[in-house]
Amino acid sequence: MTETAPLKEQATARTKPLVEIQGVHKLFGDHHVLKGIDMTVRQGEVSVIIGPSGSGKSTLLRCINLLETISAGRIYVHDDLIGYHEVNGKLHDLNAKQIAAQRREIGMVFQRFNLFPHKTALQNVIEAPTQVKRQSKSAAKLKALELLEMVGLSDRANFYPSQLSGGQQQRVAIARALAMEPELMLFDEPTSALDPELVGDVLEVMKNLAKSGMTMIVVTHEIGFAREVGDTLTFMDGGVVVESGNPRDIIANPQHHRTQEFLSRVL
Amino acid sequence: MELIDAVPVRHPWRWVGAAVILLVLVLVIQSMTTNPKFYWGTFRTYLFDVLVIQGVGWTLILTVTSMVIAIVLAILLAFMRQSDNPLFRYVSWVWVWFFRGTPVYTQLLFWGSVGALYPKIIVGVPFGPELFSWDTATVINATVAAIVGLGLNESAYLAEIFRAGLKSVDNGQMEAAEALGMRRSKVMWRIILPQAMRVIIPPTGNETIGMLKTTSLVLAVPFTLDLTFVTNALASRTFLPIPLLMVAAFWYLVITSVLMVGQYYIERHFGKGVDNVTKAPVKATAAVAAAHAKPVETSGGTTEGGQS
Repeated sequence: MTETAPLKEQATARTKPLVEIQGVHKLFGDHHVLKGIDMTVRQGEVSVIIGPSGSGKSTLLRCINLLETISAGRIYVHDDLIGYHEVNGKLHDLNAKQIAAQRREIGMVFQRFNLFPHKTALQNVIEAPTQVKRQSKSAAKLKALELLEMVGLSDRANFYPSQLSGGQQQRVAIARALAMEPELMLFDEPTSALDPELVGDVLEVMKNLAKSGMTMIVVTHEIGFAREVGDTLTFMDGGVVVESGNPRDIIANPQHHRTQEFLSRVL
Repeated sequence: MELIDAVPVRHPWRWVGAAVILLVLVLVIQSMTTNPKFYWGTFRTYLFDVLVIQGVGWTLILTVTSMVIAIVLAILLAFMRQSDNPLFRYVSWVWVWFFRGTPVYTQLLFWGSVGALYPKIIVGVPFGPELFSWDTATVINATVAAIVGLGLNESAYLAEIFRAGLKSVDNGQMEAAEALGMRRSKVMWRIILPQAMRVIIPPTGNETIGMLKTTSLVLAVPFTLDLTFVTNALASRTFLPIPLLMVAAFWYLVITSVLMVGQYYIERHFGKGVDNVTKAPVKATAAVAAAHAKPVETSGGTTEGGQS
C-alpha cells in the first residue's frame, strides 16, 4: 500500500479540486467552533481529518452537507456553492428542494450508523434511490444487492439493523450512502462506536472504496488508516487547521508541538 | 456437564392471595346470580334486541369515523407543529389550545346548533353574488354533527400524542435521511412517523377506547341512536334500568375487547425490526431471493467477515 501511495499522489495532484473550503467560520451562539478553515480536496483524493474531541472536525464535515450552516466563508463542491446562491456578492438561502439536490451528490456515514431500524438492510439501501431518484424497485434492488455484496453483506440483505452487529450496520450504512452514487463521501468517525474487533471490516470496505477512486473526507481516530489510505492528513485543534500535508510525513515527523502531543497520545 | 436443577424459591403468599381473590369472585358471581333485582331474564331479552344491536352499530360507526378524522388531523397538526413555517406552528398550537380547552359536550352542543346559527351555507364571492347554497340542516345532520364534534375535539388530544411520538425518534434518523437528499416531508412520512408509531399506538388505543365511551355524549347534538341512548330509552320504557345498564356494559366490553385485539396486531406491525427481533432474516420476496441467490452460490458460502 505504502509503495503505491506516491504514484497516487502524483495522479491526484493533477486532478481538479472537488471540495474547496474557504475561510469557514462556525459559531454556535457565542461558541466559536470553526475559526477560519481553508481546505481543498481533489477529485479521487482521500482526505483524513484528525484532532482531539471538540476541535471542530465533525462540525466541519457536517457543514459540507448542510447538516450545519456556516457563519462565514464559502464551501464549494464541484464549483457549486453549498447552501447559497450568490447574486452580486449577496448570498441568498437555497430553498429546501435545492438543498436536497446538493445533498444527493454527497454521501454521509455517521458515527452512530443511523440506519432506519424499521427497514431491513436491503430496504435501507433502496430507500433513497426509489424515493429520491425515482428508480424502479427492481432496478434499485439489483444495485443494492451489488452494493451489499461489495461490503460483504449480501447474505444479510433481509435482516433488520437490530439483527446486525455494529460493524455490519456501518457497512450497510456505507452501502446506503453509495446507492445514491455520490461524487463525495463524508465519514464522521465511522469506527468510533464499534467494538475493536469489528473496526477492521469497516476500514477494509473504506479502503476498497478509496482504491476505486471515490473522493472521501474521513474524520477518524484511526491513525493507521490515515497513514495507509490517506492522501492528505489535516490535524485540527481548537477550531483551526494546525497542520496539513502528506499523512506519512506528518505522522512520522509532526512539525507543530500540538500535533506531536496529540499523536503521542493516540499512537 | 451437569445441568443445574435448583429448587425454586417458594411463594406461599401468592397461593393465599389467589385463594382470597377466587373467594371474592365466587361471592360476587353468587350475589349477582341470586339477586333477583338484576332481572337477568330482561337482560337476555334485550341483549340481542334490534334497537340494541343497531345502537352497537352506530356507536361503532361514531367511534371509528371520528377516530379516523382525528388521526388524519392529528398527523397534520403534529407535522405542522414541527414545521419550519411559523404560521403552521401557530395554527397548530391554537387548534390544540381551543379544542382541548373547551368541553367536548359544549362542542357537541355547538355542532348541533350550527343550523340555528347559520341556516344556510352559501358559497359565493365575498360581498358579491352567491354561487351555491345549501340548507345547513341537510349538510350537517345529527350524524355529521356528532362525528365532526367528536373528531375535532379528539384531534387536539391525539396531536399531542403524535407530537410526543415524533419527538421520541432519534435526531440521527432525520439527519441520515436528509443527508440522502430526502425532502423533509418525505422524511417525516416514511422515516420518522413509522418509527414514532411504536410510541403513538398504545396511547392512541387508549384514546380509541375512551372515544367508545365518549360517544355516549352525542345526546348533546342530539343524536339518539347510539348504545347508551338506546339502552337508557329502553330502561325508562321498561322501568328496569339495571338489566339495560348491564346490556350496555356487556356490549362496550365486547367492542373494547375487539379493539384491543386490533391494537395488538397494529403494534406488532409497527414494532417490526425493533420489538421481538429474532436472529432470522425476514422472508425474502421471490425477486430478491433470485437476485440474491446467484452471488452466494458463486462465492461458495459467504462469511460474515469483510471479504473483498
